[in-house]
Amino acid sequence: MNGTPIISAKNLTKKFGNFVANDNLNFDVYEGEIFGFIGANGAGKTTAVRILCGLSFPTSGAIKIAGFDVYKQTEKIKKQIGYMSQKFSLYDDLTVYENIRFYAKIYGMKTKEIKTKTEDLLNELNFAHARDKKIRDIPLGWKQKLAFSTAIFHNPKIVFLDEPTGGVDPITRRQFWDLIYKASDKGITIFVTTHYMDEAEYCDRVSIMDQGKIVALDTPVNLMKEYHSRNMDDVFIKIAR
Amino acid sequence: MRTILTIIQKEFIQIFRNKTMLPIIFIVPVVQLLVLVYAANLEMKSIDLVVIDNDISSVSSKLISKFKGSPFFKVRSSISLKDAENEMKKEDADVIMLIPQNFEKKLITENASEIQLLFNAINGTTASISNVYCRMIISGFNQDIILNSGNLYPELATFETINIENSYWYNPKLDYKIYMSSGILVILVTVISMFLSGINLVREKEIGTIEQINVTPIKKYHFIIGKLIPFLIIALFELAFGLVIAKLVFSLPILGSLWLLFGVAAIFLITTLGLGLFMSTIAQTQQQVMFIAFFFMLVFILMSGIFTPTESMPDWAQKVNYINPIAWFMRVIRMILLKGSGFAQIKKEILILTVYGISVLSMAVWRYRKTS
Repeated sequence: MNGTPIISAKNLTKKFGNFVANDNLNFDVYEGEIFGFIGANGAGKTTAVRILCGLSFPTSGAIKIAGFDVYKQTEKIKKQIGYMSQKFSLYDDLTVYENIRFYAKIYGMKTKEIKTKTEDLLNELNFAHARDKKIRDIPLGWKQKLAFSTAIFHNPKIVFLDEPTGGVDPITRRQFWDLIYKASDKGITIFVTTHYMDEAEYCDRVSIMDQGKIVALDTPVNLMKEYHSRNMDDVFIKIAR
Repeated sequence: MRTILTIIQKEFIQIFRNKTMLPIIFIVPVVQLLVLVYAANLEMKSIDLVVIDNDISSVSSKLISKFKGSPFFKVRSSISLKDAENEMKKEDADVIMLIPQNFEKKLITENASEIQLLFNAINGTTASISNVYCRMIISGFNQDIILNSGNLYPELATFETINIENSYWYNPKLDYKIYMSSGILVILVTVISMFLSGINLVREKEIGTIEQINVTPIKKYHFIIGKLIPFLIIALFELAFGLVIAKLVFSLPILGSLWLLFGVAAIFLITTLGLGLFMSTIAQTQQQVMFIAFFFMLVFILMSGIFTPTESMPDWAQKVNYINPIAWFMRVIRMILLKGSGFAQIKKEILILTVYGISVLSMAVWRYRKTS
């Protein structure tokens, strides 16, 4: 990897009282990468993502996102990123189009552009017929694909995905990853957390977290070599035990 | 500006899609006005009076018939004080009137006589109102005796009696419903605005959509104002709807300018909406907001002078009322509707409400955190 990192975290630490959720995390993410944050539930993945998105302040550490400081320039960071949270976050009582339009307008996109882009998007997803359906009436897999498409609708530099595929079937997960690759092809940097180890193999590089610490950081292939494993599942079990 | 409009558009779509919202918007004002105005009536129509007439003379029966002729009393007689007291214990009697023996005789020989009145003062207000009504009837009876005694004491008859003519301004018939319904209108808009705005924002916290908003570059004041305006419009609509009902059902007079009324209402609503939003920036769940809002509303409403005039409250309560926006708006709405007061007369109130509005709203914007 070369060039300047688009995300750079040095000694990122977050404490809640005595509990250390993120313990001295150090990592860089480069432009165009698909960077995976792997770990069990409660390993501190979501805490770290929330800090990188400017939703929560770190206790200490130097963190820069797209060149902006997470302490002082959170609002500038927010213009550059997209975010899809673990908690499903489209409005249930709004239609597919109303949701897309709402967020796109908040990001300052023009109404005309929103209209044509929505049409293209829904055609590409084969979902044009559901344009005026309320979110609550569509299946979970579709909701997640839409949430992802909404998160990158305004063409952010980076998109943060916090366990985007929780609770969906393997086929839908595979389709979801196709969307991630498409976004990556367009040059969007992907930062994704997951506890599915097969998904870890889809990433360019992964960092494995355990109890608030990063215990390994490399490409999946290198990690599998290092730990003499045939898949990431084995790697994870060997590391985290 | 466009961001604010975007939020307003989204809120309105959600409000009109919500199947529990529309009934609330239309049914609450009807119920509050129709039920509360009649129920919270302080007029006394049927005071249960039990008379023990130990004299049984022409004067005593004249006095009793005076009471019987009054629309305020339901008169029954009893033989002994003990029976009467029992009735009072059962809440069947509000007042006991005891006419002693030799009532008439004393009046003629000593030129003065006495009767005893006993009031059920479990509710102090009703007791004192009953007292006033009784005194009015007895003093009227007194005057009759003095005038009729002219043949006995000619020098008395030449006295000019002073005739007091009362005229009640701004509510000539002393119609309690006019006073009440104007106050209920204030409660209506307060409750609607505070609950709706309070619940709305915290609901986004509960379902998690607030995170998605917080991760956008939206400005805090855009978000708060965008949340405030839809409910401001709904609350003003509620006021208009309530006014129409009050006008049709209670013939509530609307003497002042409606523009002025709605202008002041809008300023007042910024305070209550701002409070609702402020509370929901602190609270995590809808229950918490409901509890806090309920607490504030109960205190503010009861102290606002809807039932009892603020002037008769103790000193400290009047001071507390300085920070009670509902009390100020309660005054203003009655001044505009019932007296026809204009801008010049309510300048002070408008100024105070404006200060509240701005400070509460800034507090809400300040307290709303995009990053925790």
